[in-house]
Amino acid sequence: MRTQWIPILLLPALAVPAPAAPETFDFKDPKGVNAIMFKLDAPLEAISGSASGITGTVTFDPQNPGATTGKIVIASATMTVPNATQTGHMRSSQWLDVEKNPEITFEAKALKNVKTIGDKTTADVAGTFTVHGVSKEMTIPVELSYLKDKLGERLGGNQKGDLLVLRSSFSIKRSDFNIMPGQMENKVSDTIGLTVGIVGASGK
Amino acid sequence: MLRILAAVVALAAGGLWVAKGANCGWTKTNIPHQTPDPVTGLTGINYEKGFVPGVDFLAGAALAAGVLSGGSLAVKNTNAGNRT
Repeated sequence: MRTQWIPILLLPALAVPAPAAPETFDFKDPKGVNAIMFKLDAPLEAISGSASGITGTVTFDPQNPGATTGKIVIASATMTVPNATQTGHMRSSQWLDVEKNPEITFEAKALKNVKTIGDKTTADVAGTFTVHGVSKEMTIPVELSYLKDKLGERLGGNQKGDLLVLRSSFSIKRSDFNIMPGQMENKVSDTIGLTVGIVGASGK
Repeated sequence: MLRILAAVVALAAGGLWVAKGANCGWTKTNIPHQTPDPVTGLTGINYEKGFVPGVDFLAGAALAAGVLSGGSLAVKNTNAGNRT
């Protein structure tokens, strides 16, 4: 008699969904939308540009966003401003020296002040930011948007998978990364504003 | 002749600058175009080759016109000196 109850008692367990596992999102975007904008004050007009060579991976668990880790890599040679001469100067050995320093990276170590409402998570991400061969520990505000099962819709195909959109706005000082420190600050501001808007994909 | 050329250079440069939108910043040779991504809400940026003259272009044209005008004065002075 008691053995007949055992399968019935197991039925509620079958109805509980399996816990979500962390997913790894690849930020190399086949649509070429991923970009990081930068802006510096200058006398005639603000210098605004973007970097498009974004790669890297982020491991994100929708059930535990606070455990997110990852690394975003920017190809410094893709940094572009609308004036070709200024672009050349920016990439040259005098400024970013992209030949010696081909990558700008941010490696996330830990998340603090994590708040999740629906599919959106905001947090302060502590990590290491490396520019011009100089690494600095920084904490930046980040918003993560988890878009479940949206990969196929975005790419216009039958691919199954999820998307993770990462947004952030913060500023750095070029002098902290040994980029012409203390020089030409009346022509090129020391403070650089960065705006991040990138998406990673996790296929199934 | 040089003064006429200087005027042509100045007028052509000014006309081109106005026609291309009277850009009061630096000359643009990489024109940014925004690419919206509806699923994510992101906007990508692509650059295309182009030419939008700025104040540096005007300054260069003014300098060229000035050199041509100065050249015409130099030629005029040389001719006046030869006649005396």
